[in-house]
Amino acid sequence: MPLPDSLRHAWYVARKDLLVEFRSRTAILAAAAFVVLVLVVFNFGRDPTAVSNVDLAPSILWVTFTFAAMLALNRAFQLELENQAIDGLLLAPIGRSSIYLGKLIANLVFVATIEIIGVPLLALFFNIRILPIIGPLTGVIALATVGFVAVGTLFSAMTVRTRFAELLLPVLLLPFMIPPLIWAVLATSRLMADRPLSEIGGWLKMLAAYDIVFIGVAILLFPATVNE
Amino acid sequence: MLRAEGLYHSFGRVRALDDVSFTVNPGQTLAVFGPNGAGKTTLLKVLAGLIQPQRGHAHVDGGRRAIGWIGHQPQLYGQLTVNENLRFWASLYDTRPASDLLARLGLEEHAQRPVRALSRGLVQRVAIARALVHDPRVLLLDEPFTGLDRIAAEALSRLLSQHAAGGRATVLVTHNVEEGTELATDVAFMRNGRFVHFAPRSGRDASEIAEEYRHAVA
Repeated sequence: MPLPDSLRHAWYVARKDLLVEFRSRTAILAAAAFVVLVLVVFNFGRDPTAVSNVDLAPSILWVTFTFAAMLALNRAFQLELENQAIDGLLLAPIGRSSIYLGKLIANLVFVATIEIIGVPLLALFFNIRILPIIGPLTGVIALATVGFVAVGTLFSAMTVRTRFAELLLPVLLLPFMIPPLIWAVLATSRLMADRPLSEIGGWLKMLAAYDIVFIGVAILLFPATVNE
Repeated sequence: MLRAEGLYHSFGRVRALDDVSFTVNPGQTLAVFGPNGAGKTTLLKVLAGLIQPQRGHAHVDGGRRAIGWIGHQPQLYGQLTVNENLRFWASLYDTRPASDLLARLGLEEHAQRPVRALSRGLVQRVAIARALVHDPRVLLLDEPFTGLDRIAAEALSRLLSQHAAGGRATVLVTHNVEEGTELATDVAFMRNGRFVHFAPRSGRDASEIAEEYRHAVA
């Protein structure tokens, strides 16, 4: 199928998913509440004299985003099973890659929304000056998010028909998330410590490579996960 | 238009399809009757390409684009309105819902309501509209009358008759002989994954076919 058609169909799938989420707002509200709660708990539960804010904040930021993203990833294919709409998607004359890319786009919008809520809250609670580093920080967050959401969307399709999907997804996904998370935490900590941008160049390249490799692998493997 | 040759598929030790072969030509409606577990749904899924048979093959002229499918579940999104659902499914076929589609199924006044707020019968009507949204040349119907009241069932029968009259093919599977006979040009009985009877209807009425069915699958 020509690339423009694939992307157009992917957009139709993504737009539908976002409209469904906009109507119900259950997952996004739950994820937003989770982000706020985690940041509040860490804000009041830590000893500010033991570890500096700049050292602690990057890890908390990424742990929060990781578990909030699980909510999006868990529901990505669940809504296709409610009325067996997945059969209609598979029967439609669109490529399986369009379904995957559509789900990926919708999940990215969902997780990005959570991140837009989380970053200012982190800056507020941990007294981090975000504005001077907002450009490169956005780049790090974008590259890391694309990577783990790409893998997570594939695993979400794999686990959705299993009995313990909500348990199985994190168990399978977290090992694959370790590399981008480590690179993202390291890059974020350098940015928050006002280190030169040249220090994070290597991690950005690795995050970009991870994204390219795993989006490619996911597109190749996705048909096998949804075919009966 | 639709051809199945030597279809075989098993789930573990259970043979869902066992050497099933048939052809449905334009204008024909094949009604497949069988008890629960006879393999009817698996047959439709294989014809639709949702399941790859372990042996044999199925061919539909025009491929997936030509197929309209009504399964056990409505394949609709409860949070979206009737219109939004139909527009989404039509977009995947690069088309738009026909302007009179909702009217033909008595759904005009429900167009802006979310599907989850509709009764089961209305949801089934929307599912039928979804299957017809791209004007398919081949319809695959799995117990399509389930949940429909008399008026909706008559509307569906009219739609299916129009579909067949337009030179299109239909395969309908059901365990209810009375429902399926009226529309059928050909009749098959299925048991344990095999066609134990396959013949033109030839003027037989529902009671005659029901009697033959009882003998064939008993």
